[in-house]
Amino acid sequence: MTIQGWTLIALFIGILLVLTKPMGMWLHALFEGRRTPLHVVLGPVESGFYRLAGIDPTVDQGWRRYAVHMLVFNFVLLLFTYAVLRLQGVLPLNGLGYGAASEHLSFNTAISFATNTNWQSYGGESTLSNLSQMLGLTIHNFLSAATGIALAFALFRGFARRSAAGIGNFWADMTRVTLYLLLPLCMISALFHIANGVPQTLAASVEVTTVEGATQTLALGPVASQEAIKMLGTNGGGFFNANSAHPFENPNAITNLVQMLSIFVIAFGMTWVFGKAVGNQRQGWAILTAMLVLFVVGVGITYWQEAIGNPVLHGLGVAGGNMEGKEVRFGIVASSLFAVVTTAASCGAVNAMHDSFTALGGMIPLFNMQLGEVVIGGVGAGIYGFLMFAILAVFVAGLMVGRTPEYVGKKIESREVKLAVLAIAVLPLAILGMTSLASVMDAGLAGPLNKGPHGFSEILYAFTSATANNGSAFVGLTANTPFYNGLLGVAMWLGRFFVIVPMLAIAGSLAAKRYTPTSAGSLPTTGPLWVGLLVGIILILGGLTFLPSLALGPIVDHLAMIDGKLS
Amino acid sequence: MNKEIFSAVRPAIVLTILFALLLGLVYPLAMTGIGQLLFPNAANGSLVTENGKVIGSAVVGQAFVSDRYFQTRPSAAGKGYDGMSSSGSNLGPTSQALADRVKADVDKRQAEGVAIVPNDLVTASGSGLDPDLSPAAALVQVPRIAKVRGLPQAEVKALVDAAIVLPLAGFLGEPRVNVLALNRSLDRLKVAAIAPAPAGAIAIVPAPAL
Repeated sequence: MTIQGWTLIALFIGILLVLTKPMGMWLHALFEGRRTPLHVVLGPVESGFYRLAGIDPTVDQGWRRYAVHMLVFNFVLLLFTYAVLRLQGVLPLNGLGYGAASEHLSFNTAISFATNTNWQSYGGESTLSNLSQMLGLTIHNFLSAATGIALAFALFRGFARRSAAGIGNFWADMTRVTLYLLLPLCMISALFHIANGVPQTLAASVEVTTVEGATQTLALGPVASQEAIKMLGTNGGGFFNANSAHPFENPNAITNLVQMLSIFVIAFGMTWVFGKAVGNQRQGWAILTAMLVLFVVGVGITYWQEAIGNPVLHGLGVAGGNMEGKEVRFGIVASSLFAVVTTAASCGAVNAMHDSFTALGGMIPLFNMQLGEVVIGGVGAGIYGFLMFAILAVFVAGLMVGRTPEYVGKKIESREVKLAVLAIAVLPLAILGMTSLASVMDAGLAGPLNKGPHGFSEILYAFTSATANNGSAFVGLTANTPFYNGLLGVAMWLGRFFVIVPMLAIAGSLAAKRYTPTSAGSLPTTGPLWVGLLVGIILILGGLTFLPSLALGPIVDHLAMIDGKLS
Repeated sequence: MNKEIFSAVRPAIVLTILFALLLGLVYPLAMTGIGQLLFPNAANGSLVTENGKVIGSAVVGQAFVSDRYFQTRPSAAGKGYDGMSSSGSNLGPTSQALADRVKADVDKRQAEGVAIVPNDLVTASGSGLDPDLSPAAALVQVPRIAKVRGLPQAEVKALVDAAIVLPLAGFLGEPRVNVLALNRSLDRLKVAAIAPAPAGAIAIVPAPAL
């Protein structure tokens, strides 16, 4: 570890803290449906969309209606992408002449993008046409991110409103976030990426005769426009197989920094919106502090392990940290930081191959996802997931010290706690259940590239990543098979929508409650005690549930690594 | 419930179509148009041409395997530096296959007289298309190249030193050397040594700026 390395990490967090309030204010304007300066240009687009679609954006929806409309919309989007992928062979802009993607691959990819996972079972440059990338995938990158933010808005309204029947209008939330936030930011980001060397062309490839006289074909395409939303929407599905490690997706250290900032900036802003919505800014900062504690510890561990490097290679006469799977232009620190950022959020873009990280360096990304990606978290999904833990923390504190379970002016009662547990329990059920299944079935065991404990880690990582809607992978796993495409598709669906529905039910039930003023019996939810309690609850729940599986994979792998036992 | 589903169908279908047009076509095509207009070189892959022929991209790595050139890192992209199938090796830290591969590469470097091998020179990058080497990995190759090409070591080393790109502000990025740019400057050096060309033709090609 170096001073320069920690300077980068400190600068990264510093920039985000500076951006939190401006981003939060912009998001809050959308949350309240206020006019923004961009309405002059995009206002007519918004109202035109509503008119054609027959939407009245002023209608306040109850939680059931909000949930059903969100689900129907996502289902239609899913069918649309499935159709685009299946019809790829006959659609235009297919310069390399790729045929239709297989049924199971199309199923997997469509779910993957609809759930904001962006698991890459496909190899971008070797499977998908430029039209499929643009029409089939980019649209989901925007809309699944906008859906996530809309859902978080709905939950915020649950906390903020008093004796109300509705939690907002799904169509209005989703459309506004797309038009006034994601689209303009992506246009700026795409141009920035092009200027730095990310291609943006309709040509599919270019042939090169190298200095040594060999032929090299370079895949091209409209990369920058997808790169922008891939990061900002915490989607993570790369244009190329190697994702942000590919020099055409992420050509230098500055694009790398901007990509990492893009992953986090909206999620940071959302904590501010929460504070503003519930009328106490310190509530938002308390959440952000708890998130940052977990984040910094994770970065520290991964950076430390990667900087030490692999003793097996040291024994062979290789100097320095672990560079297998890493790019020279990013080095140890920017690769470690990126890995923790992308798994803390539900992004899943990678600029280095997590499969080749040291055992413990690769365990932190895995653990981040198992915690439910609430350490900062994906756009929208991070904060609503985190608030489920906050509800549990309030409840547990109530049990321990006899305080009335209240949070930001709302009584937390048995219905909310049950629903929160339901939302949180989906993760371990799907991850551990399906990992066990794959570990005993031939079709599952055919997947791993690496042998021994690391092979188990590959399977565990896949189901963790899918259920947590992350999309990064220990890519050694051969996952483009009917077994994995199918099962991982189900995991992604469970991990997204079986969390969302209970969460919206909580929003509805909270919105209907009266405001309970703070009394001497309330637990203060802003100070260091609260932050400590939140961190504790998250670690205890995550730790107790997943430590046994981590012991079988990364921890055994680590012991084997320092002992020089190869497999 | 049925009523709620039914009421969502029209907005869902219409918005899917409208957003597909806006986000799936208008946005990427507009970005393509603006990008091609403002940054035509970068938007088309930062291609490097010599005598009218495309010889590579300034941002993407290509294979250098000959002893006459600064050699690139091992690559897991296809059969090596395949621009159509970017990939890392994905071998884990305790993989026997990884240890075997690294050992073979280390042995080769040690036979060239390199005592301690820089880590990036014997590890595969994440993309398999890494355009760079660390300065250390380039410098350990200087004696071999000087010998094969019959050049003074100091002259080859000077090329490496000139090609090193330092991190911005001292911490943003890693010190690195673009291998294509370095090897092109190496080739020009040789031409210059054999037949002195008119002034200006000897110019060393600088590594692309960040």
